[in-house]
Amino acid sequence: MISVAVWLAFAILSLSLLLGIVRLLLGPTLPDRVVALELMASLTVGFIGVHAIASERFAFLDVAMVLALTAFLAAVGFARFLERRGMHSDD
Amino acid sequence: MTEWIAALLLLAGSLLMLLAALGALRMPDLLMRMHATTKAGALGSGLIMLAVAVYFANAEVWARVLAIIAFIMLTAPVAAHMIGRAGYFVGVPLWGRILRDDLKDRYDPEHHTLDSPEEFAEKRQFEDRRHH
Repeated sequence: MISVAVWLAFAILSLSLLLGIVRLLLGPTLPDRVVALELMASLTVGFIGVHAIASERFAFLDVAMVLALTAFLAAVGFARFLERRGMHSDD
Repeated sequence: MTEWIAALLLLAGSLLMLLAALGALRMPDLLMRMHATTKAGALGSGLIMLAVAVYFANAEVWARVLAIIAFIMLTAPVAAHMIGRAGYFVGVPLWGRILRDDLKDRYDPEHHTLDSPEEFAEKRQFEDRRHH
């Protein structure tokens, strides 16, 4: 039962990651890309959780914790950068 | 039994993640995209983490999972607020069919200040008097 659920979760998360990549490439502005990147970071946290179940090793949870932390710092950094720099046509 | 609960939580979490990604792809402007990704994404990764804790059923895992969930719940709104604010200030175009934008004309991009409602009303009265 759990192996089927793990397989399905991997498939659904991969599909979501693909949709996120499409939004990342489409843009149209830099904040949209930042939102897509943040979505992909939380998708990766989910991936690591599923992988912890699949491999029966819970040490992966530490990776998920650190990844969540860095994703938050990246979002804050991007927001500050945007507010300082303003919008240019290079987006 | 715990395997069934873990499997259900896993599926619910990944479906919510899919919902977040679909929203990010299909919604028409930045704020609506964030509306989809922030809430569904945070709940989805939280549910997946809960599935991990239920599956391992172990105090060490529960402590880590609760820490991760608490961290996600604390930081997701803050990050979304900062990005949305920066996006509005930078002038990201809003959806064409939006009915009202309360911050319009109140935010001054040159000085990076926002008038309070009273200040804004005063300014408006002043301009009205000048026009008459």
